[in-house]
Amino acid sequence: MKPLKRIVENFEPHFAEGGKWRKYWPLFDGFATFLFTPGHATHKGAHIRDGIDLKRTMSMVILAMVPALLFGMYNVGYQHFLALGEQAAFMDMFLYGMWKVLPLVVVSYGVGLGVEFVFCIIKGHQINEGYLVSGMLIPLVCPPDLPLWMLALAVIFAVVIGKEVFGGTGMNILNVALTARAFLFFAYPADISGDKVWISGVSNQVVNGYTGETALAQFAKTGGDVAAMGGQSFASQADFLWSGFIGLVPGSVGETSTLAILIGAAILMLTGIGSWRIMASVTLGGLAMGYLLNGFSGIFPDNAYLAIPPYYHLIFGGFAFGAVFMATDPVTASQTPTGKYIYGFLIGVLAVIIRVLNPAYPEGMMLAILFMNVMAPLIDHYVVQGNINRRLKRLNVATHG
Amino acid sequence: MSTETIAAVKERKPLFTAKDRKLITDPLDDDNPITVQVLGICSALAVTVQVKPALFMSMGVLFVLIMGNLVVSLIRNLIPSRVRIIVQLVIVAALVTVVDQVLKAYAYDVSKELSVFVGLIITNCIVMGRLEAFALANKPGPAILDGIGNGLGYSFILLLVAVVRELFGSGTILGFPIIGEWALNLGYKHNGLFVLPPMALVIVGVIIWVQRSRNQKLIEAN
Repeated sequence: MKPLKRIVENFEPHFAEGGKWRKYWPLFDGFATFLFTPGHATHKGAHIRDGIDLKRTMSMVILAMVPALLFGMYNVGYQHFLALGEQAAFMDMFLYGMWKVLPLVVVSYGVGLGVEFVFCIIKGHQINEGYLVSGMLIPLVCPPDLPLWMLALAVIFAVVIGKEVFGGTGMNILNVALTARAFLFFAYPADISGDKVWISGVSNQVVNGYTGETALAQFAKTGGDVAAMGGQSFASQADFLWSGFIGLVPGSVGETSTLAILIGAAILMLTGIGSWRIMASVTLGGLAMGYLLNGFSGIFPDNAYLAIPPYYHLIFGGFAFGAVFMATDPVTASQTPTGKYIYGFLIGVLAVIIRVLNPAYPEGMMLAILFMNVMAPLIDHYVVQGNINRRLKRLNVATHG
Repeated sequence: MSTETIAAVKERKPLFTAKDRKLITDPLDDDNPITVQVLGICSALAVTVQVKPALFMSMGVLFVLIMGNLVVSLIRNLIPSRVRIIVQLVIVAALVTVVDQVLKAYAYDVSKELSVFVGLIITNCIVMGRLEAFALANKPGPAILDGIGNGLGYSFILLLVAVVRELFGSGTILGFPIIGEWALNLGYKHNGLFVLPPMALVIVGVIIWVQRSRNQKLIEAN
């Protein structure tokens, strides 16, 4: 640590007031405070300052994502070799997946941080670490074979239009990572949805009868007959459910494993960084709507999605990932505790509605969260207003009664 | 009174005074109907998927603006102020009908593409806005210039948005391929988002952003 600190201190005068690289101070400051605790101290008044600043908060979220990332790498390889019908060792699968996923991560960070640096230098702001988390979330919600230039475009769009135009980190209305995904979804639908993109490296050489659709779509199509599911058949529904829970199903890089996501959720909840209120209410909302729609499955037998058992929604697709890592984004979620319950519940409800009633939009979770991001300030407004009215009434009773 | 006329005769008035010129140049930048007054957004989203319909739409609005301004300005002293909106509407509707019929006669495919949006020029806030704000209170000459200026300001933004959307959405401009086969073979794909209306809103937003960062006059104090 010592030599590193000396390097940072040696460079500081060049970037400080009057130095030759003064213009790039935000760049230096960003790196220096990333490595070491910032030297700011409170000067006036009595303030309690927590030792944990935004960078440490963000690092915690990254840490929570690591299980999903590692499992995602393994699963990309696993699905690849499974679809080709080849046997492969654990390390082969992992290395194949890593080879596919790492470029996504590198491009996402490189492009995103580049855009942030440019904006910070133009505006003379401090570099904010908001992109640290978004940069990791974006590759995790992309299919493994996504062309890198598309990813780069999506990142630029998300950071500039989703965040910087509103004033940078902490000012954005929409979740940056989901903005990137929405951009991809509407701009290049063939590369991020459908049945050809979820398994890496097999678009040209699919094994006979193998369909690479997402697990939920296959399940609905075959009417829950897991033995008939293309290529990857399961002995029983419990078996299918279990591999969905572990995450050995095709999908975006980081969202398949509910188990890995739950580990992340535990980290976020224990450190108090992710809101358990939101996670719980999203789950509750999804289940409630799932059971409600499931009740109609007898009346409308044509819609196969109605017949899906409600808890399947929690396990397959991006539901769990969205609930834990996306919906809890402190900037775009509701701020008030009551608002968080409402916000989360409606995300769950909307996600299941979109999934079941409009299979043309396979990723209901993304659209549900983005929609509720927009509604979050409104929810907060009414919660705060309701509280004010309640207290006013109490005040009036106290003074007049 | 008499001294004024003499003064006017003495220094010969140029064809376009600085004030006249401002009537045309102001709506192009400082007072652009779309990016500054934020009017006519609806058609800017609807007809800008490709350049060709945007071009015809621009010409239609330009025509209606100039003629509407002229006619209203000519009869401005005859219009009772309580029914002026109705009178303006009748004039605009008549002009729009002319545009619609001409398009149907000479550019049928474009007219089909523009469909309802030609008729909706009537409700374009820019047209009614100029009639109310300018033509009713000014002489025919300046009114025509104002119509030209605002029509061009509208067209400029419309075409800018349309060029960007057609180029990235379908790789062509006015139907001519710009992004060739070689790019597609390299793995380039047309961006489906640019074909969707929300992207037009984003592009207009970016234009406003760029304009405001260049033009200090537009920055509001708050």
